[in-house]
Amino acid sequence: MRLTVRLFAFFRDGRFRERECDYPEGTTVREIITSLGIDPGEVGVIMLNSRHCSQDQVVHQGDKLAIFPVIGGG
Amino acid sequence: MADRIFRINMTELTTSIEEVPADWMGHGGRGLTSTIVAAEVEPTCHPLGAKNKLVIAPGLLSGTVAANSGRISCGAKSPLTGTIKEANAGGTAAQMLARLGCKAIIIEGQPREDRWYSILIDEEDVTISEETDLVGKGNFAVVEEAGRRFGDRHGIITIGPAGEMKMLAANISIKDPDGKLRSCGRGGLGAVLGAKRVKFIAIAPTDAKVEIADPEKFREANRVFTKALVDNPISQALGTYGTNVLVNIINEAGALPTRNFSAGQFDGHEKISGETMHDIIVERDGRPKHNCHPGCVIQCSQIYNDKDRKYKTSGFEYESIWAMGADCCVDNLDLIAEADHLMDDIGIDTIETSVAMGVAMEAGVLEFGDGEGICRILREEIAAGTPLGRIIGCGAGSVGRAFGVTRVPVVKNQAIPAYDPRAVKGIGITYATSTQGADHTMGYTIATNILGVGGNIDPLGKEGQVELSRNLQIATAAIDSTGMCLFIAFAALDDATCLPALVDMINARYGISLTADDVTSLGKTILKTERAFNQAAGFTSRDDRLPEFFREEPLPPHNVVWDMTDEEIDAFWDFS
Ligand code: SF4
Repeated sequence: MRLTVRLFAFFRDGRFRERECDYPEGTTVREIITSLGIDPGEVGVIMLNSRHCSQDQVVHQGDKLAIFPVIGGG
Repeated sequence: MADRIFRINMTELTTSIEEVPADWMGHGGRGLTSTIVAAEVEPTCHPLGAKNKLVIAPGLLSGTVAANSGRISCGAKSPLTGTIKEANAGGTAAQMLARLGCKAIIIEGQPREDRWYSILIDEEDVTISEETDLVGKGNFAVVEEAGRRFGDRHGIITIGPAGEMKMLAANISIKDPDGKLRSCGRGGLGAVLGAKRVKFIAIAPTDAKVEIADPEKFREANRVFTKALVDNPISQALGTYGTNVLVNIINEAGALPTRNFSAGQFDGHEKISGETMHDIIVERDGRPKHNCHPGCVIQCSQIYNDKDRKYKTSGFEYESIWAMGADCCVDNLDLIAEADHLMDDIGIDTIETSVAMGVAMEAGVLEFGDGEGICRILREEIAAGTPLGRIIGCGAGSVGRAFGVTRVPVVKNQAIPAYDPRAVKGIGITYATSTQGADHTMGYTIATNILGVGGNIDPLGKEGQVELSRNLQIATAAIDSTGMCLFIAFAALDDATCLPALVDMINARYGISLTADDVTSLGKTILKTERAFNQAAGFTSRDDRLPEFFREEPLPPHNVVWDMTDEEIDAFWDFS
């Protein structure tokens, strides 16, 4: 199953900005985060197809997953 | 030094130093500017006439060593919105005024003759002098010349040509520790100072310190407070990427207003993002981390250099970059930085002016994406005060009216900033109900709607939005009174030690015993004072509405419209 993973801010350091990734059916967001060597505790916001989701969310073929650290501004 | 009110009468060209009335004692910053404007300004007066007053006030904790406490508030009746207005900024002025024992400056009246003036405040006195050399000059020239006249350590509050020409988007600029500028941006307060014919105010340095009733308790509270700020992960991200870290996340959420509010995502978002900006800054030997006033431990500001590694701009904020970037479809950070610098020099609000440019693009005055065109209009039309320059310099509403555009993103005639209310309903409630026209900083629901700070509330749903905006608007009014930068709110929302420490510092400074509930009551009182002024000026709940197009034009990618009902919006004010 292929999906697009996008990383932001310092999650990009030593990793990537955007990548098409292969994962088995039934993979959760948390499993993807861990597979990238990111500490799930450092994750601030996750959006799946531009909607907020939890780390328990199961992903699907063609999804666009965006993973942000804890950030803010204004 | 006991705190005093410095009153400056520009009709008589006289000054006086007065005792602080008892009911103003517990106020500072926005609470004080709004209290004074409500007490002394006729709500129906012309904002550019002799009856309006410009009030400048440091916050309750300004001048102390409290971290992040150096914000200065300017308040008046706004010529842009017709409502009461407060705009705050960093720079060195708040701390310097507080150390001179200044609780607030009230500038009133209007000179009868066609002359300009400057004001000097020092330990001895407040002096008005006629000003000729700097009339017509940009803000950077004012700071430079004032440095020659008085020395580099003086604080400066100044207006540029936009303020002199009384453009409704004119801001008031405050000198920062590096001799650059921070702006009290919104609501055209620069035009009010221009109407008083005051080009700049210089503040002399002093060795005096503000009195602290309980120094020991103060030190301890500040230690806890500073730690809460420094340890907060959001503070750390702000120091690395600045506020512009938001471009990508707001774009991802489909809430980045693009092409004059006709879409929620911008193809060029990566090119103008905080991540890209950080890399450019580092590559050109700039500084990703920088403070707008001494004592800030978050340091969201930065120094952005041009291709030749020369200083171009600082305080390069998300809202400015969004407005010139996504809203005007310019995907070139160097052009946006150039425009940012020009606007600082001209003394005009980057949000209002850039949103006005977006409306002008819609009208066909220039093409979407024409960053060079924006810079040209700033230099040749706005700075020069041509008819087109004045139309754009009076804001988005002004351009809409002049060119017959119907998609004009304003509330109470003030431009809507960088978050589309169709895709983030909480911020729409803030824009609609704010006492000062559309302003994200009045109740920053983005924290909870998008960033997961202070909980999570679905940005697209209706549930909980009014309450969220209400709680944040109340808290913000209180924070804006302390002299604290609003970015302490991220720590305050998620770290239980932060707010009690802030309240302890206020108590230790003044020898009082406020509770957290008292601080909430202060926030409520400020909102009600501001609203009562607006109602007396003729505003009703019918003014608490977003423009029609938000209800009618679905915003891609979520294809959502603004669907909060009038009753839901009006319930905002159901609190006592
Ligand atoms: S966090 Fe940013 S805006 Fe706030 S005081 Fe520091 S530099 Fe200024």
